[in-house]
Amino acid sequence: MAETLEATSTVVARPRFKSHYDNFIGGKWVAPVKGQYFENPSPIDGKAFCKVARSTKEDIELALDAAHEAFKTWGKASPTTRSNVLLKIADVMEANLAHLAAVETVENGKAIRETMAADLPLAIDHFRYFAGVIRAEEGSATELNETTLSLVIQEPLGVVGQIIPWNFPLLMATWKIAPALAAGCCVVVKPAEQTPASIMVLMELLQDVIPPGVLNVVNGFGLEAGKPLASNKRVNKVAFTGETTTGRLILQYAAENITPVTMELGGKSPNIFTKSVMDADDDFLDKCLEGAAMFALNQGEICTCPSRLLIHEDIYDAFMPRLIERVKAIKLGHPLDPDTMMGAQASNDQYEKILSYLEIGKAEGAEVLTGGEAHTHDHPELGDGYYIQPTIFRGHNKMRIFQEEIFGPVLSVATFKDNDEAIEMANDTLYGLGAGLWSRDAHELYTMPRAIQAGRVWVNCYHDYPAGAPFGGYKASGFGRENHKMMLAHYRQTKNMLISYSKQKLGFF
Amino acid sequence: MPTPRVLVTQAAEATIGLLRDENGPLMFHQSGGCCDGSSPMCFQKGEFRIGGNDVWLGQIHGCDFFMSTSQFEYWQHTQLTVDVTKGRGASFSLEIPLGVRFLIRSRLFTEEESKDMLPVREGEEYLEEQAAA
Repeated sequence: MAETLEATSTVVARPRFKSHYDNFIGGKWVAPVKGQYFENPSPIDGKAFCKVARSTKEDIELALDAAHEAFKTWGKASPTTRSNVLLKIADVMEANLAHLAAVETVENGKAIRETMAADLPLAIDHFRYFAGVIRAEEGSATELNETTLSLVIQEPLGVVGQIIPWNFPLLMATWKIAPALAAGCCVVVKPAEQTPASIMVLMELLQDVIPPGVLNVVNGFGLEAGKPLASNKRVNKVAFTGETTTGRLILQYAAENITPVTMELGGKSPNIFTKSVMDADDDFLDKCLEGAAMFALNQGEICTCPSRLLIHEDIYDAFMPRLIERVKAIKLGHPLDPDTMMGAQASNDQYEKILSYLEIGKAEGAEVLTGGEAHTHDHPELGDGYYIQPTIFRGHNKMRIFQEEIFGPVLSVATFKDNDEAIEMANDTLYGLGAGLWSRDAHELYTMPRAIQAGRVWVNCYHDYPAGAPFGGYKASGFGRENHKMMLAHYRQTKNMLISYSKQKLGFF
Repeated sequence: MPTPRVLVTQAAEATIGLLRDENGPLMFHQSGGCCDGSSPMCFQKGEFRIGGNDVWLGQIHGCDFFMSTSQFEYWQHTQLTVDVTKGRGASFSLEIPLGVRFLIRSRLFTEEESKDMLPVREGEEYLEEQAAA
């Protein structure tokens, strides 16, 4: 622990929160029907900083009433109207960027450096991307023969339910909300139990911007509020990001209701470093080292966390000391300190789970190259927060730390002999969401990404999420592609008008 | 006696007891993947549909414990212990409103233990047999 650096500079002022947040339904703040609330602790210090509604199926029904009422007009609103609302949302978020970034840091525990530079700017841009896309869209008209015209028109599905994860509370909500509103759907959002408040702060800013009922946010526990939403007959589609068991449960409900779903269920992403990486000691090598250290971004709580480093055996000895040095330079500190590079894990149970994986790794015989323990801050405010050292293990691909998504700042490193073995190891996982490939070889740069079974392969980069690049999983990582205009198709159905301009009967009857 | 694949701590047994009083018979399914992945999920018995691609690993405090077959491929060498910790998970698992979360602690089986393991069963087949019995 003595080796881990601690940041020392000024901490951003902690934003004020209300004592409690009701649900946002039909453009109004509505107390939960049963009048219950639950405490919301900050991972920074483990202390509750507000209460949020502990909703039940009655509240979900109210939100669905509001959404269905709003859909009567929103579903017919012109692309211009919808686009302008999305642009206004982006403008309000941009005007309040620093405040929302601080709110998100208190909520989730991540470093403010990241909320300022990534979470909020990406969310703002995402709304603008979908605002732009729908202005440029066209349907199609095909003359199938001289007198038959096929018109293809996209219609919104209706009212959709969205279940949001806790790792990027505002950004992941945005990934789901923006395309749904752009497509003309009305939405009921159920935020994660661990991060229920930051989206309510955003709703306060947006309450006069979004027409009533178009976007409703209902907080509560999965069983009490998430299930009544995911299994509801009045929901026309469910979008979910999370883990596989809940994903299967939601698919089971969808099977009963015959409704479409999209699923993003995580991964165990390989990050492959080929031999040519070490051919020069230049800017590119520096970028590669950063790319390998990316497992620590967002404390490792990212579905695409590059948690398996696969490296050519010939460069292991030269590359690893430099990577370890880079990882040791990661500053842990107060998440609201702009110099802090890694903040707190999002919840106590997440913290406990990561610690248990550190034990499993050691028990399985993996070698700890750096880290490997919880991190205790001297700072008086941070005593009960959930901090873990960025950790690197050396082991082999069959170990559980190589196979299970730890969702923490834990990197497992293994070597390969040749590219075939690298691909075999990369694909030896149940999941296929993200992957990285680093090389100076023009042939490898094309052939290896094509051989990796994953929906997103970063080539000579990692953890870049620009709007316009489709994101989603292969294999057990789910289906559907967010972050791209193709997501609109997941919130729409196709209306085909098949028109005859012939006056002649067919002649059958 | 064959080595059990899943164990349970006393604290977790107490939580299971509380949940059973309120909800009736329970089951567990081990999750994988994102966010709360790698956590065991507790449901009312029958709520989660067990299929031919799940395995039954054993019982803890009277509850069947399942995992997907593909996940078991990677998990088969470790003994799992269901524990409970303070904290809040996401998901539809029953204990979450209590402010606690089930979690898995695990250790590798010794060579001696792996010679005599409790055999796993195909999930759906196991449940059909139970129903018939």
